[in-house]
Amino acid sequence: MSTAQILFLIFSAVVVAAAVMVVLSRRIMRAALWLVLALFGVALIFALLDASFFAVVQVLVYVGAIATLLIFAIMLTRGVMDDSKAQLNRGWPFALLVCLGLFGGLVYILSQWNRFNSAAPALPQDAYDLTLFGLALTSPDGYLVAFEAASVLLLAAMVGAIYLALEKRGN
Amino acid sequence: MTFWQDPYAAAVEWLRNLLIGWGLTVEAAQLILYLAGGIVLAGGSLALVIFLIWAERKIIGRVQDRLGPNRVGPWGIFQTFADILKIFTKEYITPNGVDRVPYNLAPVLAVAAVIMIWAVVPFTVTLYGADLSVGLIYVMAVGAIGEMGIVMAGWGSNNKFALLGAFRAVAQMVSYEIPMVIALLIPVMMAGSLSLGAITASQAVWNILIAPLAALIFFITSVAEVGRAPFDLVEAESELVAGFNIEYSGLKFGFFFVGDFLHAFTIAMLFTVFFLGGWRGPFVDQVPILGAVYFFIKTSLVYLVNILMRAALPRFRIDQMMDFNWKYLTPLSLSVLVVTALADKLTLGLSAWVRIPVFLGLNGLLFLAASVMVNRRAINRPRAEVVSRPRPLARPETAVQPETNGGVS
Repeated sequence: MSTAQILFLIFSAVVVAAAVMVVLSRRIMRAALWLVLALFGVALIFALLDASFFAVVQVLVYVGAIATLLIFAIMLTRGVMDDSKAQLNRGWPFALLVCLGLFGGLVYILSQWNRFNSAAPALPQDAYDLTLFGLALTSPDGYLVAFEAASVLLLAAMVGAIYLALEKRGN
Repeated sequence: MTFWQDPYAAAVEWLRNLLIGWGLTVEAAQLILYLAGGIVLAGGSLALVIFLIWAERKIIGRVQDRLGPNRVGPWGIFQTFADILKIFTKEYITPNGVDRVPYNLAPVLAVAAVIMIWAVVPFTVTLYGADLSVGLIYVMAVGAIGEMGIVMAGWGSNNKFALLGAFRAVAQMVSYEIPMVIALLIPVMMAGSLSLGAITASQAVWNILIAPLAALIFFITSVAEVGRAPFDLVEAESELVAGFNIEYSGLKFGFFFVGDFLHAFTIAMLFTVFFLGGWRGPFVDQVPILGAVYFFIKTSLVYLVNILMRAALPRFRIDQMMDFNWKYLTPLSLSVLVVTALADKLTLGLSAWVRIPVFLGLNGLLFLAASVMVNRRAINRPRAEVVSRPRPLARPETAVQPETNGGVS
């Protein structure tokens, strides 16, 4: 077994264990911290794949922005910090259904894939060139539509946030 | 490349040959070199903190017409060692009901997040930890880990004042990140790369001449990011009773301060890399090690400005701080970015003697416009008087009078 494989097994064990702990933790704040660990582990797996840009963006966006936002939301919501409440709400069968569906789909797709024992192909020389990535996002032949759609979505979210936060004049 | 021109590269080469000579494979030798480099970098930066604490106390002492530390060793230079010994012997108090893992992990994360930045800083052409192609994003991402440390400290302490302090600190750091990142896009634009090494190498003309406003914005926001005066609401011990770190004692408390001092020096290094040309200077092509000298001279100058600011300026109130960020720095940084991008494309191919005056003039115009707008708004705004609520018991006429008959009715 190569070093990369051993590291991959360690990192994925950390990710899976942390993900299980997200669900099993009784305190929601601890669940959020476990989620941070799980997302960080995913960043390590990206780094293992030599995808340094995605590794760093994973940390920046998920650990830096989303997890911080999540923790703030938890801390500012009344009454979710105590661990006396039930862990499940009424919707749990549906959640279970969706999870099983997703898991089944992933297992099905992986079972169709027959190259588990083949070595990873060598990356081309320009694989680390961020300029190509930037051009792919902004060229019409690349992912321009998806990129702009994401921008519009973020803009809509921002407008919505401002509308919610704006003080109503007159009352 | 002889030893005297670049002792670092020569030493690494010697060590690598020694390890391979001992029968290690090339990969194993490389791994050992990486480990050694990491240990030297982390240990060196922490050792530097000892000196930084002394220098800062001494300089602030002189600014305030005091002597500063002057008892332990010549010029008090060993004062910090005495402080370290004291802090080592202090008791670790763990309050009841803390969440142990986050509580104990937080100080470690606070320091680690700063040391991790050192991994990508190019000290000379050859002396750097790693030249990541995404260096700048890495620096920002590592800052997020520091924020996580503060959240963990605030929440793990099981104290509502620590939690409020963590809110305040993280709100400040998250907010000031926005103009900081926008301002840093300008060096990135000029270099065409996110790598700190490439950004340094591209600065034949220092970026501070091309984008003085972006440099100013980065300087201000980075001071706010560290949480030093005038932005030291993070731990305003004189009025807000500290912040996220109130439940810590001994070395754990000291760790937050080590992280703080090191971070202040680190942002000076980043300023040097992004705006002052990093290791660039005369004769650096022939003798690369001179780059390290230039680098530390420039960094020390920026750090000195940082210290003088800390010594001279009073503290912001939180609403002033947030106003300053969202209503002034963010729009200003956005307009600087747009104007610099346009000017860069329009003057493409012209000589530096034309480009730099154009950039300087545009930056000056923007700064003037921004300050005129801010002043007009500040003058016209109705100003609410900031006083505390009247407290019924604290007024003289409502004070409880001592009874004249000794309480017997």
